[in-house]
This record gives sequence, structure tokens and C-alpha cells, in this order.
Amino acid sequence: MDILPILAALKRQKTAAALIAIEIALCCAIVCNALFLIAHRMEASRIDSGIAENELIRVATAGLGNAENPGLRMQEDLRALEALPGVRQAALVNQVPFFRSSWNTSVRMARDDQQSVADVGAYYGDERLLDTLGLRLVAGRNFTHDEIVTFEGLFAGEEGPRVAIITQTLARTLFGDADALGKEFYPSETPARVVGVVERLIRPNISEDPDFTGLSMILPIRMGGGYGFYLLRAAPQDRAAVIEAARTKLREISPNRIVLSATTIEELRSSYFEEDRVMAGLLVAVVVALLIVTALGIVGLASFWVQRRRRQIGIRRALGATRRQILYYFQTENFLIVTAGIVLGMLAAYAISGWLMQQYELPRLPWLYLPVGALTLWLLGQVAVLAPALRAASVPPATATRTV
Amino acid sequence: MFRYYAWLAARSLRRSPALTALMVLAIGLGIGASITTLTVLRVLSGDPLPEKSARIFLPLIEPRSMDDYRAGDPPSEHMTYPDAMNLLRAGRAKYQAVSTGGAVVVQPPDSTVEPFMADVRFTSADFFPMFETPFAQGSGWSADDDEARARVIVISQSLNDKLFGGADDSVGRTLRLRGNDFRVVGVLDHWRPTPHFYDLIVGNYSETDEIFVPIDTGLDLEFGRRGTMNCWDDATDPVRSPNCAWMQLWIELDSPAQRAEYEAFLVNYSDEQRALGRFERPTNVRLYALPEWLEFKRVVPSDVRLQVWLAFGFLAVCLINTVGLMLAKFLRRAGEIGVRRAIGASRRQVFSQFLVEAGAVGIVGALLGVGFALLGLWAVRQQPGDYASLAHLDPTMLGTTVLLALLSSLVAGLLPAWHACDVPPALQLKSD
Repeated sequence: MDILPILAALKRQKTAAALIAIEIALCCAIVCNALFLIAHRMEASRIDSGIAENELIRVATAGLGNAENPGLRMQEDLRALEALPGVRQAALVNQVPFFRSSWNTSVRMARDDQQSVADVGAYYGDERLLDTLGLRLVAGRNFTHDEIVTFEGLFAGEEGPRVAIITQTLARTLFGDADALGKEFYPSETPARVVGVVERLIRPNISEDPDFTGLSMILPIRMGGGYGFYLLRAAPQDRAAVIEAARTKLREISPNRIVLSATTIEELRSSYFEEDRVMAGLLVAVVVALLIVTALGIVGLASFWVQRRRRQIGIRRALGATRRQILYYFQTENFLIVTAGIVLGMLAAYAISGWLMQQYELPRLPWLYLPVGALTLWLLGQVAVLAPALRAASVPPATATRTV
Repeated sequence: MFRYYAWLAARSLRRSPALTALMVLAIGLGIGASITTLTVLRVLSGDPLPEKSARIFLPLIEPRSMDDYRAGDPPSEHMTYPDAMNLLRAGRAKYQAVSTGGAVVVQPPDSTVEPFMADVRFTSADFFPMFETPFAQGSGWSADDDEARARVIVISQSLNDKLFGGADDSVGRTLRLRGNDFRVVGVLDHWRPTPHFYDLIVGNYSETDEIFVPIDTGLDLEFGRRGTMNCWDDATDPVRSPNCAWMQLWIELDSPAQRAEYEAFLVNYSDEQRALGRFERPTNVRLYALPEWLEFKRVVPSDVRLQVWLAFGFLAVCLINTVGLMLAKFLRRAGEIGVRRAIGASRRQVFSQFLVEAGAVGIVGALLGVGFALLGLWAVRQQPGDYASLAHLDPTMLGTTVLLALLSSLVAGLLPAWHACDVPPALQLKSD
């Protein structure tokens, strides 16, 4: 098909054609970036925590008064919870992924180093924690009972823990490619020897930087003194029953304490990413609305052009143009305008992406989104123009002989 | 003439209802989305203490050790207990109050109600006059109460409703917190500064605390703490340790001269502590005015700003769409324009006629936009996040909506109307 006559005709209505092209450009730029943002959010919310998420329950309590020995009371509660039917493992811990409270420690390679090597998410727990969290040990071993120190003891100035279990990410940060087992670092004034390396365990303060998020260690500290909460592990289908039983049991043991919350980690995760989900949903809605508005605009404008050119179409038909040729004419015209819009849109998409990188510390728009956006808009244009073009094709040649 | 144009516009718009609906809907949707996001942004970037925020300051000093020191780092955002109390007692500002958050178990007087956890603010006497908190009953406590570690509390309106059924004689009543009896000295009226400026750790837009307690009283009784605590050297009793920063001090100053004076006082204090060997890092003080602090902390969520941009991008697409459609529509009436021009209508008159038509689309679009905005804000209020419940359309935003819609549609009508009045009368008449 010869595109020169189409261009010549477009020249006569360049304002309208330019407007559609600009609209498509804007639409393309926004859609590309919005799709990328959606994918980015979705990916962030699918982060692997490294723990047995679908089996864990967090139970937090608070005392009503200054109990005689809160640490002892917590151990009693833990034993009672452990004995509940359906509970496979239980442990006390200071923090858990997806709950917005984090414990962080700067670790050093030597006691007198002024600069720390890393800011690390610090999990405190005894020998039960590893299995309760469901972590995968890739090297070394779990804590032994006599390696455990108490939280109250640390508060009173006792010596810090002498061993630690670290994540692979932390092992790489501290010791590079060398074997981390048996090496020492300083999470406190006391050097801690690495006795185990786990595959993965994220910290609660999740960041854009995956290396930061993966920097965690477990220190053999038994929580107490009113700090920390209970982590119960149960089969996914038993969780609801276990939560009920735990509430009842704790109330039964002592009325001098209230259960603040008892939730599954899955629920915590879901609420942690709720805002991202809402934002992704909003972006989807905007993308859909943009595409619909643009499509309707194309339909409207094309319909007008068809109406205005009824006489010319009739003349062309009278001179021997087939219906198919008329159809192609409008489809090609649309293709040309959309293509111009897409070219402009790609530039705009990159400009917007650059601005987003600056403002929101997002990575650059991957180029793959550009062909996706272009294809979407080409398709949209063709679908939108089809009805008006078919109407044009059905203009009878006899129209040429009539006045409008 | 206007009435005639309006009549013409109505006739023309009725002639192609689908197209008119499309234009109105596009403008309505674009405006609705923009206003929804603008309203949220406006609520979130509001002034928590209107008329006063420029006189409220947050002083910061640098108490940390040389560990991980980098020149040019901003000072610690929190103070240690000893420093905060020293500055509080120095009393160099018009008002000064320490502040930190926590939580405590409340045992309701009615024993049939289960004990529950309430948000606590550990603070000192000046908190109330400085932030001009509205009192429904009673008042705050005195500086003497602070010194005496008195067991007094101020409670929020919602807690008064919950515990005492909204009684208006709650002052003097006793409330049991974590096993200790406290006397209620004041009940706040509804007070929800937005953003929650005096403690951004708890949440940028969180609800106001339910219980206010003198700091030393709360610390003595080991109420739960909430918020960040940053310790450097080993600290045995972190709460009162000179090596753990976790509190803030807020002050009120009346003039720029006082600000300079207070800044000098902070420098002086830091130098003194350095001389005593307590502070290790170079003296580094800041005195943020409240609006500066909110700006520095980037309180408004970045997603909300992004949503505003997105909505305006959408509005732009909708407008361009409308311009294109109007242009096509106006130009199709070239015949009509030709006739009107030939029988004496001036260009200006044709131009006005089409602007009126564009304006009509705008007004209907605005109405629809308000509807969409109300719907949008309702949807926002159903969302999670502590600011969601604040999203309401106020008269200013309502006015903005109408103005924005009219302006948008007039701008959208400008180009098509310009093209329309450019139609040469003779040529049109001839070709028809």
C-alpha cells in the first residue's frame, strides 16, 4: 500500500493527527513505567524470607504488673505453649520478619575497630530457634545448651555470647569467599565464633537492597525480662486451632498477663505488603483507564474523519478502489499515527524513568517494557480503528454522485 | 448573547450524545483522580500546629562515640536521657518538653472489661501549653509533679470514652496502669495533629497517644518503651544510660534572636560535654523548626506524591483526548460556521460560541469530577495505613475541583474554537 497519499491527507488535518499522536505518546510513556512499577512492587512483595512462613505463629503478651521474675514466667509460658496439641516447636525470639520492629547491631572485625563492617539484623534466641524458624543450615551446627546466655544477664553487664549463626549473605560480607565456620567477629565487645551458616534469613527492616535485607545473624541469647515474644510452629491446617488454644492456655496459667496478639506470619506478611498491593492495584486501574480513554479517543476521531471524507471515499470507490483498500487505508493511517506516538512515547518513557530513578531510587526502566508498550498501543490502535474503518469501507460508490 | 450560545451548545452536545458523554467522562475521570490524590497530599502535608509551627523547634546534639564516625553526618535524631533532662532543666526556652513513646497495660475500673494495651507518651509539664493541646476537663500537670515523679496522667478523649463512658467528671478519678494507681488530672478534647510531628517513629500520621505521663514516673515503673534506641558503648541500664539515644526534646522560641541564642547554648553545652570527655565527636548541633523537620524527614509518603503525578498524567491524556474530539466535532460543523460567518457573525462571536460549548462540557465534567473524587476519597478511606481515615474533601478542594475542571475544558476548547473561527465562510458555502 502506498503511504504517500495517506501522509498527504494527514497533512490536511495535522492538528488532530498530532493530538492523537501526543496522546498515544503520553499513554505509552505512562503505561510502560506503570507496568514496570507494578512488576517491581509485585516482585518486592514476593521476597523469600527463608523461614517456614506458612507454619509459624507469633504470640505476644504483656504483664499487668511488675512480676517477680518475668524471665521465669516466660519460660513457663513457653513450656505450656510447646505442650499444646498441634505445636511442633516453640521458641522465644526478639523479632521476626514482616513485623515492624527490628533489632540491629553494628558488627566489627576487631574489638578496637572504629569502623564497623556491617549493620546486621540481630535475632536473639536459644537452641530451639533455628528449628522453630525452619531455617536451612548449609554448614556447621545449631547452638548447644551451654552456649546460651540470658537477656537479663546481658542487661546486668554479663559477657556477651561467644558463638553466632549467620546467613550466607553475612558470611560473604564478613569473610568474602573464605569458609566462615570457626571464624570470629565482634557483634559486641565479646568475639563471637561462627558455628553455623544458614542459607537465608531476612531481617524485619526489608530494604530495596537485597544484600542489606539478607544480613542477619542469630545470637544465642534467651529472651526474658518481659522482652520478646513466642514463636510457635504448627502444620498449616492446625494454625487456627493452635492460636485459639494458645490464647486459652495463657489465660488459664495466669490472669496477670494479657495476650496482645496471636497471628500467623502469613498474616503479618500480607499486612506488611498491603500498601504495595494497593499501589499496584491503583496502577493497574490507571493503566486500564488510560488505554480505554485512548481507545475511545481513537474511535471518536476516526469516526469523524470517516464522516468528513464520505464523499472522497465514495469517489475512490467509484474510481475502482475495493472495500479492502479503503479498510487498509484507515488502518494504515492509524498505524502511522500510532507509530509516531510510540516513537515520541519511548523518549518520554525514558525521561520519566530517569526522573523516577532520581526521586524514588528505582532502577532504570528495563528496555523490555518498551516493545511491550509499543505492541499494546499498536494493537489498541488497530482494534479501535476497526469499527470506523469498516464503516468507511461500506460507503457505497454512489455517494460520489450525491451532495452531502 | 451568552444564553443564545448556551442554547446552541446544548443543541450541539445533544446531537452527538455518545461523543459528549465521552468528553464529559474523560474530563470527569481525570479531574476526579487528580482531586482525590491532591486532597490526600494536602491532608498529609498539612501544618500540625497552624500559626505556631514556625516557633516550635527540635534541638539535636551529637552524643555518639567515634565509632563509625564520618565527617558531615547529621547529628543523632534522638537524645540520651541525661542530655534531654539537662537541657529540660536548663529551661532556656519559653517552653520545653521531653517526649518519647511507649505502651502500658490499662486495667479498667470496670472489672468486666479485659485489660488492654494503650499508647503512652512520656513527657513533661510544658508539653501541653507548648502544643496548645485542647482540654475537655482539667489541665496538664506542673513542673513540680515532674520533679516529684507524681503518679498523675492526662488521658485522651477516646480513652475517657472507653474507660469512663465519656464522663465529664473524670478529673480526680483513679486509673490502674501496670499495677499502679494514677490520678487523672486532665482529659484532652479531640486532638490529632497531622502529621504526628512529635513522634514520627510511632507513625507519621498515627493517632494521638491515649495516656500522657510524667517521664520519670513512667520510667521508674518500667512502662514499655516504643521507638528507636541507639546505643554505642555497652550500656547496662539503657533507658537512663548516657550511651543510648532515644528521646526527643521539643522547645518553643519566640524570635530569630532567641533561636540564635538557643543554638549558641547547644554549642556551648556540647563543648562542655566534650571537655568533660563525655562527647567524643566534634560538636554538631541542629535546631530544626518544625516545618523544616517535617521536610527533612520526608514525612509525606513518596507513594502519595507519585499518585499525584500519575493522576495529573492521566488528566493530561484525558484533556488531549478531549481537545482532539472537540476539534473534530467543531470542524465537522464547518458548514454551520460558514453560514453564521456569512450572515454577519464575527470571528470573535464564533470563537465565544465554541468556548461556551467547551465550558459547558467542563461544568458537567466538573460535577462528575466531584462525584468521582468523593468516590475516590471514600475508596482511600477503606485502605490500610494510618492516614487513610483523614482523606476528606474540604471546601477549598471542592472549589479547586470546579476551577480545575472549568479551566481544563476551556484550555481544551481553546484550540478547537480557534480552528473553528478560522473557517473561511465563502469556501464552505461554495463547497456545500
